Amino acid sequence: MRKLPHKDVAIIGLGWTGAIMAHGLAEAGLDVIAIERGPWRDTASDFSPAYAPDELRYHIRHELFLRPAQMTLTFRNDARQTALPIRDWGAFMLGNGVGGGGLHWNAETWRFLPSDFVLKSHLTERYGATFIPKGMTIQDWGVTYDELEPHYDRFEYLCGTAGTAGNLKGAIQPGGNPFEGPRSRPYPTPAQKQPFSATLFAKAAGELGHQAFPQPSGNMSQAYTNPLGVTLGPCTFCGHCEWFGCGNYSKASPQTTILPALMRLPNVAARDNCEVLRILLDKTGKRATGVVFVDTDGEEWEQPADLVLSCAFTPFNVQMLMLSGVGRIYDPATKQGTIGRNFTHQVVSTAQAFFDPKTHRFNPFIASGAIGMCIDDFNGDNFDHGPLGFVGGGYLGQVQTNGRPIETTPVPAGTPTWGAKWKAAVKENYNSSVYAGSGVHASFYAYDDVFLDLDPTYSDRFGRPLMRMTMDFHENEHRMSAYLTDRYAEILKAMGARQVDKLPRTGHYNVADYQTSHLCGGAVMGTDPNTSAVNRYQQSWDVSNLFVIGASSFPQNAGYNPTGTVAALAYWTLEAITSQYLKRPGPLVQT
Amino acid sequence: MRNVNRRELLSGTALVMFGTMAARARTVQGAIPWAPAAGAPPRPVLSGPWHFFTPAEGRTVEAIVDRIIPPDPEAPGGKDIGCAVFIDRQLAGPFGRAEGRYASGPFLTGTKEQGSQSRFDPAAQYRAAIRAVDAYSKQKFDGHAFVDLAAADQDAVVGAIEAGTLPIEDIDTKAFWTMLLKNTREGFFADPLYGGNHDMAGWKMLGFPGARYDHSDWIDRHNEPYPHPPIGITEAPLWSPGRPSGVSDGR
Repeated sequence: MRKLPHKDVAIIGLGWTGAIMAHGLAEAGLDVIAIERGPWRDTASDFSPAYAPDELRYHIRHELFLRPAQMTLTFRNDARQTALPIRDWGAFMLGNGVGGGGLHWNAETWRFLPSDFVLKSHLTERYGATFIPKGMTIQDWGVTYDELEPHYDRFEYLCGTAGTAGNLKGAIQPGGNPFEGPRSRPYPTPAQKQPFSATLFAKAAGELGHQAFPQPSGNMSQAYTNPLGVTLGPCTFCGHCEWFGCGNYSKASPQTTILPALMRLPNVAARDNCEVLRILLDKTGKRATGVVFVDTDGEEWEQPADLVLSCAFTPFNVQMLMLSGVGRIYDPATKQGTIGRNFTHQVVSTAQAFFDPKTHRFNPFIASGAIGMCIDDFNGDNFDHGPLGFVGGGYLGQVQTNGRPIETTPVPAGTPTWGAKWKAAVKENYNSSVYAGSGVHASFYAYDDVFLDLDPTYSDRFGRPLMRMTMDFHENEHRMSAYLTDRYAEILKAMGARQVDKLPRTGHYNVADYQTSHLCGGAVMGTDPNTSAVNRYQQSWDVSNLFVIGASSFPQNAGYNPTGTVAALAYWTLEAITSQYLKRPGPLVQT
Repeated sequence: MRNVNRRELLSGTALVMFGTMAARARTVQGAIPWAPAAGAPPRPVLSGPWHFFTPAEGRTVEAIVDRIIPPDPEAPGGKDIGCAVFIDRQLAGPFGRAEGRYASGPFLTGTKEQGSQSRFDPAAQYRAAIRAVDAYSKQKFDGHAFVDLAAADQDAVVGAIEAGTLPIEDIDTKAFWTMLLKNTREGFFADPLYGGNHDMAGWKMLGFPGARYDHSDWIDRHNEPYPHPPIGITEAPLWSPGRPSGVSDGR
């Protein structure tokens, strides 16, 4: 193994968090290397509008994603089963390459509710400790909304997020989300324009007593130049957003907001197509000395560094800790150990609504990734759970991102899946139906029997054990999904639909059916080293010069898309490193 | 600490070449990397004979896709729109080889929640399934191959694939059906450059505008029929000689 010259900082992964940390630490004067498993991707080279709108290539054949042959996970519903490898992606999609998930996301840029960050305390105080279901291991984050607010704000102003404020410094604003936490200033750009279906949804929701607002969007409503001097252009509603790169510089991504400025800093370098195999620890096991990565020639390199940041996607942050011997792997039998604990996903459901084609023409292909009108009345603890017998919630919205016909040709329940009747139903309903894949976007709280560990049988191409995910839905989530989907269907009905087919989340968790790519937890943050892998600054309790940054830190997942919170946490950690850690390296929280 | 051996090296090297991104590791510094002609436009399929199917297999698949999506007076069926050509070209390429799939054993039978665990790639599955369709047809219908059956009898055979009652050696019939149905729809609705959706007839049937990238002037026009014909990545009906007069793109 060859040894490279020392760097101040080695960053594993160059997605949103890697790019944010690299930029901030380089500005602070540190010498930074970012090591990325996948290829470099750039708007000008890779996302020509002439061939970007290709549903087969990008959405169906997964051009931009990690290949399971490179790295996958094994899966089982419960610990009595034998986990088997996910051979083809289904339930979630894992990014690959520079930009990471920030390249292929829809750019739905939410903040979590203030109560989400103190979830256990909040629910216990309002409903009593016995209201929390048995086996549910929710906990407080160790960081509050108020502490994160400046960092949410910083990310939104980096991205030019389009939206309507609902709460400005405590004053509720018309047209925005009245349930959101106070924000220090309005969104940097006005909300996107909305298509017919979203407008109709907002009207119907209002008639039912709910308060609709535009989904906060990282698809630009107008040109925007961010504080780094990088400019994004207005979104053209092409309807090819999620799982695609944007050819218009209209979707906030590391490419369109940070990388052009980052790569011009003289003290920043990046390696692409290089996979970090493990973090190196010194003899005490308490200090990281760098990382080992392998390049495309199969050559292994040691990259020494004073500070290591694991900025990989959720399960790969957890895997990096396990493969490197950082911390103790969670054991569901004894409930001891923290690495792999409180792994979660998202509970997504929807309903399809069919309208009279003579009176309704939705043109579903006119859309953006984060378009849509939403209500937050049934998210978090915005509604009284006492009589309902479950905890958790989500936003409901007509957030339909596309009318791409391989994927989006809804037909009423009972229609055959093939033959003349199917064909006629597709034709009749294509332009007069509403189908948001994640119309009900709900929380996934943590349980003691949902976790990650190392698979005993299956390994990757370098012989490293795959992550084994053990995950199922629990009764609480089924009840929540049924309740929220009913509320959602009521709104669709009130829009004037002649038929509404509900699709609540039922049965077991299934890796073959897409849900969202919002894997969370497994290396969670907190105030107690017995129940968290990292402290409130995402600093490893065990190795103080290692920070583990991303949705892997979420103690449980809230009813929102996670990226806004992932980025806010990255900025929060960046501030802690630059203002505290660099002055006095060592644990930022004493145990 | 061991070095990665030669076999792993080769597989590792191949792995970063999935899709169109043939890339080697490098260090990037000073600016965003840029190279002229770095883009990877799609390659339109070649017309002409089958690439993967034998002529007999091709005829069988054409007959199957024409029952899955039958012709009607307003829109072609799966055969004429090119679904079988699409599937043929897909099976001859990375999809048929299951390139990028996690292909390490052991191959065990799992629950449906665990997803496909088949050791066979799509190309092998189609080959076995076509053989099974003809065997089943001959057994049920007096020795007639699938292509020679009346439409109603063909529907019965397709229904048996859907129901999982048509046995395919070593293959989970229901899982094959899921793939067949999806591939047929792909052939009907994917960009024409992949060999199906001939003349964008699938898109015209829906009113889907295809590869147009800018609907800014339509986001505010609610509940109006969208008037513009589709455009593909490499073609548009308006460019064809003999196009209907009076049809205008409007741009």
